Amino acid sequence: MVNYSFHWRPVFEALPDMLWGCLVTIEIAVLSTAIGIVFGVALALARTSGGKIASGFALSWIEFGRNTPGLFQIYLAYFGLGSFGLHLNSYAALTAGIAFNNASYLAETFRGGLRAIPVTQTRAARSLGMSAPEAFRLVVLPQLFRVVYYPITNQMIFSVLMTALGLTVGLDTDLAGVTQRFNVLTYRTFEYFTVAAVLYYLIAKVLMLAARLAAWRLFRY
Amino acid sequence: MFNATVSWHDIVFMLRGAGMTLMLTFWSVLGGTVLGTVFGVLRASAPGWPSAAVGALFDVFRSIPLLIQIILANAFAPMVGLDISAFAVACVVLAIYGAAYCTEIVRAGVLAVPQATRRAARSLGMSWWDDLIAIVFPIALRVGLPGWIGLALGLMKDSSLVLWIGVIELLRSSQIVVTRTQEPLLVLAIAGAIYFAISFPIGRAGAWLERRWQDQ
Repeated sequence: MVNYSFHWRPVFEALPDMLWGCLVTIEIAVLSTAIGIVFGVALALARTSGGKIASGFALSWIEFGRNTPGLFQIYLAYFGLGSFGLHLNSYAALTAGIAFNNASYLAETFRGGLRAIPVTQTRAARSLGMSAPEAFRLVVLPQLFRVVYYPITNQMIFSVLMTALGLTVGLDTDLAGVTQRFNVLTYRTFEYFTVAAVLYYLIAKVLMLAARLAAWRLFRY
Repeated sequence: MFNATVSWHDIVFMLRGAGMTLMLTFWSVLGGTVLGTVFGVLRASAPGWPSAAVGALFDVFRSIPLLIQIILANAFAPMVGLDISAFAVACVVLAIYGAAYCTEIVRAGVLAVPQATRRAARSLGMSWWDDLIAIVFPIALRVGLPGWIGLALGLMKDSSLVLWIGVIELLRSSQIVVTRTQEPLLVLAIAGAIYFAISFPIGRAGAWLERRWQDQ
């Protein structure tokens, strides 16, 4: 059936470079998740307790982010922002695109999480003399992160998967990009991308395991 | 910026691309739902290791970037002598990817039906099939439908990735128009508006249905 001769040797010779690419992939995923969390919290707060303008802005961001493809958002960052004279390189555009997408999904998660924390917690903190920001930072946020920890780890795995889209905006330092760089030299597409797929699977599993271990350490009490 | 070099012809071209996006979505949702229902029922009914094996297999598809799966399938099809179009490859990959998620949705739905209800159905003389069709599915549908709508919209959005293997769907067609007109922001805004116009109403309808069914 298969009259195709596999050539795995060039792939194994490229393996060290691909492993370095894995680090870049993880870096982009962690960075975009972190930025996504910060903006996600801000958007959730703007939605729940902001004024009309802030809440409207947050709502448009969230709906836009959730109703258009992630790839489209990356394209917008890479090709579209040029119209404003803002020329991002592919690394920045990819990170910004994924972070934007993460923020819109996480904002809804955080909004749900905020609802799970009784308002009496804030009132108690305020009546102990804490200022509103203090009460949010010291009382609400730690409880919020306990509730939304697993959704965040899921979002981080999604971010890892989305980093492969860097290919479409010409990023050649992450795992998919390095793989493609070798692929265009030899056209051993199947071999190279099989190894890349295995590496992506391992990255996803290792990050998941690390998140579980961290949760076990963080949420002991 | 808006004194348009983007002509009506370009818009029609992009709408054709949107039609291709909808075709991709239709076939992948159909394939994903059929496969997902079969394997979801299997996962909910089969004991121990067969269920775990199916779960682990589909987990692979959820842990590898879709773009990599598309590239792999596109390279693999001619290797085994399959002479199929890029569109067919795209539909197959998206359908399997959708099935990986749909299996879990169906499984959760089936497991949400109380065992006592199913035993009651069986003790009334219903066969396993009767029970599945008349008792389990209607109840499981209520649990699973919101997730399923989310999945269908997800597949619609993920279908943009198949531009890599040369299927001219909405995003690729807008990229072609950008190359011609050099108006990236305007053209991408139109593409985004089309995606939004497809996704937003369906998402809203799903949320409405979820709320309505929760009230009851």
